[in-house]
Amino acid sequence: MTLIVKTITRLTVGLILLYGIYIVLHGHLTPGGGFPGGVIIALSFIHLMLAFGKDTALKRLNQLRASILESLGAIMFLGIAISGFLGGYFFLNFIKRGEAFNLFSAGIIPLCNIAICFKVGAGLFLIFVALVVLSNSQEK
Amino acid sequence: MTELHLLLLFMIVGAIVAVEARDLLSSVVALGAVGLGLSLAFLILKAPDLAITQLVVEILCLIILIRATIKRDLPFIRDGRWHFNTFSTLSFIIVFLGLAYISLKDLPAFGQPLLRVAANYLSEGLSKTGAANLVSSVILDFRAYDTLGEATVLFTAVMGVLAVMRKTGRIKD
Amino acid sequence: MSIYFLCLVLLSIGVYCILRKRNLIKIVIGLGIIEYAVNLFFILVGYRMYGRAPILARSEEILNMVDPLVQALVLTAIVIGLATTALIVAIAIRIYEKYGTFDITKINKLKG
Repeated sequence: MTLIVKTITRLTVGLILLYGIYIVLHGHLTPGGGFPGGVIIALSFIHLMLAFGKDTALKRLNQLRASILESLGAIMFLGIAISGFLGGYFFLNFIKRGEAFNLFSAGIIPLCNIAICFKVGAGLFLIFVALVVLSNSQEK
Repeated sequence: MTELHLLLLFMIVGAIVAVEARDLLSSVVALGAVGLGLSLAFLILKAPDLAITQLVVEILCLIILIRATIKRDLPFIRDGRWHFNTFSTLSFIIVFLGLAYISLKDLPAFGQPLLRVAANYLSEGLSKTGAANLVSSVILDFRAYDTLGEATVLFTAVMGVLAVMRKTGRIKD
Repeated sequence: MSIYFLCLVLLSIGVYCILRKRNLIKIVIGLGIIEYAVNLFFILVGYRMYGRAPILARSEEILNMVDPLVQALVLTAIVIGLATTALIVAIAIRIYEKYGTFDITKINKLKG
């Protein structure tokens, strides 16, 4: 990629990651939530891979770590669901709800958003790595 | 709602360009334009969660389509039974649109939804869950089981892509 | 009423593309157009005239909000649509590596 693309990527990829984390954490107050936030975080890593080549991006988040992160997100989501059994039924909102419009309110919803963000972000990055890395090696 | 009609006409024109363009890269770019028009339509229809999600998912879908198909452009010819195939497809679509026009009269008028279940969610969403974003409270508290199903579908799709694109051999250079 | 009809015209353009095109990537593009049309149709059903977005504000009391249940369903559907598009593109790449073409009339070996 040309020098202009590399310079702009170096300046903005951290901001894209921060914006994705903001959308995930404020999912219960403003529009957003786990799903678009996870996709934005995956897009920041894909941006790094498109501008600098696959070695730089895979050095920051290689395939084994992304796979572990995705499984961790799924297990966290299931764990929150099953631990609702403490109060009565599956997916019970057992953390106390706090007052509205604060950051730490709404029970299990912020924790579920974080779990979904790990899962979606790491999963989509793995899909892109599989389509790029493995199709490059077959083209030679 | 004239802006919604204009936006839908723009999307239809973009879809016709995406279907009929001879170059694969042009049709993928036209598909991106249709997705952008859809994100604007979600914003006009007062659904900001969906506008954000549709925009970023559209970007990722374009990247995957372009990255996978950039070098594989092929020309095409018309073969034998072209007239019969096109005529039967167009007649099927005309019959479908005619029947849809008859049955669309039974839907409630545009702008007056029924809201049988959603009226409960609107009135007691804040007091039962404590979240200000009512769509988040529906996804992750009232209907959390469906989100578990969606997480499973995403997991399965990632497993499927990794299994299909497995390396069969290594080319040493 | 005419808006629902325009949305179904978009759906039928996608159906025409799946039925009549011979390139595999054009078929994937038709599938994408059908997904957009179906999601738009759901949100059109749930719109309330002069409604507001279903997000509560601290200082004012909002009385007419649009339907939040339909938006939750379509949020799920958008992300699942991306996953299925990625899977079908991966399968298309493998088909190209095996047969050397994207033409569906030439991909007809059932075995091997």
